Amino acid sequence: MTAWLAQHARCLVATLARLASTPLGSVLNIVVIGVALSLPVGLYVVIDNLQASSGNLAAEPQISLFMALDASRAEVAQTDARLKQHARVQRYRFVPRDQALQELKQSSGLADVIDGLPQNPLPDAFVVNAKDNTPQALDALRDEIKQWPRVDHAQLDAAWARRLDATLRFARLVVSILGLLLALALIAVTFNIIRLQVLTQREEVEVIKLIGATNAFIRRPFLYYGALQGCAGGAVAWLVVGGGVWLVNHNLGELSHVYTSLVQLKHLKAVDGIGLLLIPAVLGWFGAWLSVGRHLAQVDQGFDK
Amino acid sequence: MISLSHVSKRYPGGHQALQDIGFTIEPGELVFITGHSGAGKTTLLKLLVAIERPTAGSIIVNGQNVGTLHPRAVPFLRRKFGLVFQDHKLLFDRSVFDNVALPLQIAGYAAKDAARRVRAALDKVGLLKHERAMPITLSGGEQQRLCVARAIVHRPAILLADEPTGNLDADYAAAIGELFRSFNQVGVTVVVATHDQALLTLLNPRVIALRLGALAATA
Repeated sequence: MTAWLAQHARCLVATLARLASTPLGSVLNIVVIGVALSLPVGLYVVIDNLQASSGNLAAEPQISLFMALDASRAEVAQTDARLKQHARVQRYRFVPRDQALQELKQSSGLADVIDGLPQNPLPDAFVVNAKDNTPQALDALRDEIKQWPRVDHAQLDAAWARRLDATLRFARLVVSILGLLLALALIAVTFNIIRLQVLTQREEVEVIKLIGATNAFIRRPFLYYGALQGCAGGAVAWLVVGGGVWLVNHNLGELSHVYTSLVQLKHLKAVDGIGLLLIPAVLGWFGAWLSVGRHLAQVDQGFDK
Repeated sequence: MISLSHVSKRYPGGHQALQDIGFTIEPGELVFITGHSGAGKTTLLKLLVAIERPTAGSIIVNGQNVGTLHPRAVPFLRRKFGLVFQDHKLLFDRSVFDNVALPLQIAGYAAKDAARRVRAALDKVGLLKHERAMPITLSGGEQQRLCVARAIVHRPAILLADEPTGNLDADYAAAIGELFRSFNQVGVTVVVATHDQALLTLLNPRVIALRLGALAATA
């Protein structure tokens, strides 16, 4: 067992030495892999951010109920009571027209314009959450509320969120396809790099095979090389995406001075980052395995002729 | 023990390299396989370590039929042998020490144990002071001795040599011959394919003579 571990440790060290012995070539290969990987990973980060910011909205559709502008306090109170007793309403929130105006002033940056208005143009409103969030039930509830006296308008807020959700799901599919294609490309690139290495080390492979090396022993350094190269490529992709997010956030910082709200992209999660190191490593390993296996089969045939 | 019976080897394309060969080599014997170039000496050695497979007959090495051995078992068969090649087959990208350590790495020896054995083998062939040198800096005779050191470092029971003195001066050849004799004296079975008459005179071994792929005479 210790001998086995020692063999693997020695192989790892030898592989690192081999990567370091041709620094320019190794770096170029790793950068190619890294840049290729950073494309789907970057898109993934963007989509993840969009989904996170839309997530809470998409999850709970709400019905906005607007009273008529000239509805009296008593009429508003009556509607309030109706909502309280309604079996299909889970909870609701009252937004008085004065408060709505204040919020609009603060969030839109249109304070001057609003101050210039002769009177408050906004109605009293309720934000209603239903118990049953299926589209049919929501539509039915909205239609019912619309019929109530002095209710000017009832609007379901879920539609745009659903549309965004569907769009994001589509974007995710695109990223998945892109990721799959680039995974294949990574296997192909590794296959080719390892093939060239095997060719330059053909003599060594034949000699150690003659003096009793198993195919597993011959394969091992190449598998390590493929895996390490993939892993390093993943690390480069992580750096590229991380740098991209930082750059975007840096510029968004200036942008959010102009607008009032603060928008910030979140970095790749640690779990995803570890996946970004491991998955290319596995793919590189696989590409190397295919490549060396093909060569070993040729060598065996050569011996039998 | 090595035992061949009715062994033939025909290469694809029709060349008949060996025809109905049969002999037995007992453990601890010193045997020369002689014959002109093309007589089938090298093919015979290749058959013993499953580099080539026979087209007919059986080859038994230590109770195993080499001719029908599963490819997965071939590496373990080869570890029972020490192989000396005419063209040395050294690896020029690593030191003398690392060349000799190769069979031990393959067999999974611990580094410390391996280092001890490598130095013992290098000492045996008189190259211990060159352990850090690169093989390219060695003379032809030294390179052949290095190849011998690599062949015996894992203490195989059988040493196979294919034209070991083919490219060497008489003095160097004699030194290699003496090495073979000393291994044989400690119980190693030594099988040498050669047409070197001087080596034959020096070691006075049992001779298996091949002529055009067939057994000429067994002395």
